[in-house]
Amino acid sequence: MSAPAAAPAASEAASFLQVRKAYGERQVLDGLSLVVPAQRILVVMGSSGVGKSTLLRLLLGLEPYDAGSLRLLGHEVARLGPEAHARLMLRVGMLFQFGALFDSMTVGENVGFALSHVRRLPRSETRRIVRETLLLVGLKNVEQLRPSEISGGMRKRVALARAIAHRPEVLLVDEPTSGLDPVTADAIGQLIVQLRNRLGVSVLAISHDVQLAFRIADRISMLHRGRIVAEGAPEEMRSSPNEVVRQFLAGRAHGPIPV
Amino acid sequence: MSVAAAVGRVGGMALDAVRGFGGGTLLLGQTLGRLLRPPFVAPRGLLEQCLRVGVESVPVVLVTGAFTGMVLAFESAIAFRRFGSEDLIATVVALAVTRELGPVLTGVMVAGRVGSAMAAELGSMRITEQIDALVTLATDPVRFLVVPRVLAATLMLPCLVLFADAIGIVGGWLVGVKALGNNPVLYEKRTLQYLELADVSVGLAKAAVFGATLALVGCYLGYTVRGGAREVGVAVTRSVVVSLILILVFDYLLTAWFFG
Repeated sequence: MSAPAAAPAASEAASFLQVRKAYGERQVLDGLSLVVPAQRILVVMGSSGVGKSTLLRLLLGLEPYDAGSLRLLGHEVARLGPEAHARLMLRVGMLFQFGALFDSMTVGENVGFALSHVRRLPRSETRRIVRETLLLVGLKNVEQLRPSEISGGMRKRVALARAIAHRPEVLLVDEPTSGLDPVTADAIGQLIVQLRNRLGVSVLAISHDVQLAFRIADRISMLHRGRIVAEGAPEEMRSSPNEVVRQFLAGRAHGPIPV
Repeated sequence: MSVAAAVGRVGGMALDAVRGFGGGTLLLGQTLGRLLRPPFVAPRGLLEQCLRVGVESVPVVLVTGAFTGMVLAFESAIAFRRFGSEDLIATVVALAVTRELGPVLTGVMVAGRVGSAMAAELGSMRITEQIDALVTLATDPVRFLVVPRVLAATLMLPCLVLFADAIGIVGGWLVGVKALGNNPVLYEKRTLQYLELADVSVGLAKAAVFGATLALVGCYLGYTVRGGAREVGVAVTRSVVVSLILILVFDYLLTAWFFG
């Protein structure tokens, strides 16, 4: 258990080095350093409002950061022009907390979006990959439905299918189980592990779901007050002496994490 | 409210206006840049927006145009009766509809129907992270969302104005000939006698500017929504108000430029 060690470039999918980000007066990330290992599942845990989603937004280049260095698949995200950024995005998949499915499109069009609009694959090829990807997440014959016609759990699966349809090297996952019942949440967790195993993707998941973190993670990092305060394998985190980790895992109101 | 608070509020509104003007101008520049540089707008997306902006607006534009022409014929009849020149009703209706009322009222109706819908749609997409999702799918949101809407509105408004002009003149004819008993042959002669191609074409040029304006305003206010459903509602209302003001301002400027 320690601050994230610097790993050789090839074994890193992404890295944050002394990254700082503030919204007005509020310092959300305060010199955060973190390495996302290649072909592993890293779960960043932390309480609500601690800046977990900000991590992903910065990594995707959706927002600028104030200081530090942030690399995704070897590229300093802030220095990329629009075209290079778009090329990088084709190597990344993102599962948004609430799916962010395009509600004006069908499920099939959502999943095949990057294939048809960006890669411009032939229609038959796109349809085949969409069907295969939906099967991979356990869905069948839903291509013609609209997102408003399917359940929350199915929407999450469809969003996951859209995130992996273009076969990314890195999968970013924002609160994958929020709003789901325990059974569906477990299924989504298993899916993420299967995708890592089958497709060899590197996964950075952020979550406050402790059960999910211990079920799927190869490594767990604890985010608190804008920094990673503890990191290790799940079994190491379980026996961590760190007060923040202990409070979070125990779900106690009293401790260093403010309520 | 204290003086300081009032000054602060006015200052805040001025800052908002400047920010909006700057942001809108920037979006206009981005839209033009993407229009001229490949990959060009997808035909399917453009066609879809043309249907929404153009075809689906036809009924409301026809109703507005017809009643405008009819009212104008009645009102001008009151004035011309005093001079015994009722045959000039046709000329007034034709010129007023093609030069002013057709483009402006069509712009107003489409701003209310389509511009506000653009603000609502993009605003909802923003707060549900769909616009962020586009970025993560290697897609430029301005090229994908804004360009087809602005282009469609710029192309479709002149088409709608042609409908409004035609139905407005027909409405005026109905009142002038059928209700007020003017000679139909003379009415038709007076309609065409003073109407020039420039009157119609300037009206169409105005319509293109109004279309681009209302679409840009709707897209900008929707695209930049921050917050939740309440802010989307505010953006929708604001898009209608700002579009209407800008349509009237541009109408004056274009009229002064073309006919001044």
